[in-house]
Amino acid sequence: MTPVISLQQITKVYGAGETEVQALRGIDLTVNRGDYLAIMGASGSGKSTLMNIIGALDIASSGHYELDGINIDSLDESALSIVRNRKIGFIFQSFNLIPRTTALANVELPLLYRGVGRRERTTRATAALGAVGLADRTHHEPNELSGGQQQRVAVARALVAEPSLLLADEPTGNLDSRSTSDVLDLMDQMHAQGRTIVMITHEDSVAARADRIITLIDGLISSDHRTTR
Amino acid sequence: MNIYETLRIGLRGIGANRLRSGLTVLGILIGVAAVIILVAVGNGTTQSVTSNLESLGTNTLTVRHGTFGQPGAETRTQFKDLTVADAKALMDADVAPDVKSASPVVTSQSTCSYEGTTHATSITGTWPSYFEASNSKVSTGNYFINDDVISARRNIVIGQTVVDELFGVVDPVGKQIYCDGTPFTVVGVLESKGSSGFSDADDTAIAPLTTVQNHLTGYRSLDSVLVQSSSSEVMDSAQSEVYSILDDRHSITDTTARDYQVLNQATLLSAVEETTSLLTILLGSVAAISLLVGGIGITNIMLVTVTERTREIGIRKAIGASKGAILGQFLVEATVLSVIGGAAGVLLALIVTRFSVMGITPIVMPASVAAAFGVSVAIGLFFGSYPANRAASLRPIEALRHE
Repeated sequence: MTPVISLQQITKVYGAGETEVQALRGIDLTVNRGDYLAIMGASGSGKSTLMNIIGALDIASSGHYELDGINIDSLDESALSIVRNRKIGFIFQSFNLIPRTTALANVELPLLYRGVGRRERTTRATAALGAVGLADRTHHEPNELSGGQQQRVAVARALVAEPSLLLADEPTGNLDSRSTSDVLDLMDQMHAQGRTIVMITHEDSVAARADRIITLIDGLISSDHRTTR
Repeated sequence: MNIYETLRIGLRGIGANRLRSGLTVLGILIGVAAVIILVAVGNGTTQSVTSNLESLGTNTLTVRHGTFGQPGAETRTQFKDLTVADAKALMDADVAPDVKSASPVVTSQSTCSYEGTTHATSITGTWPSYFEASNSKVSTGNYFINDDVISARRNIVIGQTVVDELFGVVDPVGKQIYCDGTPFTVVGVLESKGSSGFSDADDTAIAPLTTVQNHLTGYRSLDSVLVQSSSSEVMDSAQSEVYSILDDRHSITDTTARDYQVLNQATLLSAVEETTSLLTILLGSVAAISLLVGGIGITNIMLVTVTERTREIGIRKAIGASKGAILGQFLVEATVLSVIGGAAGVLLALIVTRFSVMGITPIVMPASVAAAFGVSVAIGLFFGSYPANRAASLRPIEALRHE
């Protein structure tokens, strides 16, 4: 079976000459379908850079990256936007919903950019909002929702396009403890349904929800172990 | 992603900041309305001046007596009068086939009175052919006839302004007025020609040539001869016929030193039309500049919008918006703003041009409406494309990091 993520000797260098910074120094990582992976590390360890590369928001300086069997190394900007749209669902620390736009319209957005017709979009977006428990909030705008609700809308938006990979960057970083457990429960639920999840976090308690934890130090993987859940 | 969806996203962006969108629209609105209104005013001016000139007759030549400062004229020893015989000679069908009529003209500034009311006006002494040549029609009463000229009858036809000043609401036909002490019988009233701003074409009176000469001016040289050509096409040949006959009669060998001058109404008309169309172009260019300023306003607002919404652009890109989708969204916003502004501007201009401005009725040119509206749409596309392109070219990670 093709792994969802296959990274080989990935490096990322920022700047040049004296100001050159090596953010990643050669990452080898394979994530299989159905895995729930947590990436940990102190700030500056390179975890955000790795997340950008996995999310096809950025291109590695060297190395080889395959996402769901697609070679990402050589793609141009427009091809990358298609990959992001079809293969990846993003969940951000700061929710990143479009302001002044209803929850339903936010969730519809990935389908809109994919070219799905209006009626099907509404049906699928409504279903996705129902799945995260916000069926009664479809016509609320982000500023009318609590942080936990906004993040659940973001989860619905990440899921609605049925991506191969759910990519979460500190998804609970801006949430109180109750909302945190709500969102984490939701992600457990998605995992149970067989989705592949990669989550970046610096909290041990959050990482403990995953079934595999890798830790980055100075742009290299320093530990990679499975949790006993 | 079809056009309809792009349009919807763009419209939502406009609705999100109504005040700013409104002000941008206002810029375009003023530009478009200014172009249409000013061109219409310029056009109206041209038409009003032209029609005033045309009311004086378009196929006439005026032969004026005098030298009018021509170089060489001062050294002339012979200086002949313009005479009735000259006018008669111009009507020789063999030598001047293109001349339909030639009317000798003398004018007198006289004060006329009727039952104690006085009014100063200009009395033209001439032949009946003058009425047709100068496009002067009688609305009530009659013209005077050739017999009146032969017998030097004191009959007079007066303009509407003279009627208003002397008679008010009384019917003037058949009444007697005194001009510089001479009694005249009013036989007709001229149809109103209206004023052309600087002169009142209705403040006039026309009487038989002989009568005016006998009682008012005396037998000096004619002031002018009004020559009517048989059609406006043969104006130029009529003019050269006039030159050849009068040069001969006045023994003129040096054509730069004539003792008379020929004014061609058609030449005058085209000169005036040239001037007024220049005016229209000038007004139009001033307005076009304001339209350009409106367009720059769109660029400005869209640049601010793009900067303000960098993060939103990053989010859209992260969830898979292509470069084209972002480009389309911002182009639609800019174009919709300018289309709304353009349409409102056309509407405003059509309302405003229904009123006269300073006595001039604006005449809307359909081409200026189409051009102003078309340009406003093009401005949206052109001035919106730079900010839209900037938005579309943002790198998603940098856009997402933007606070």
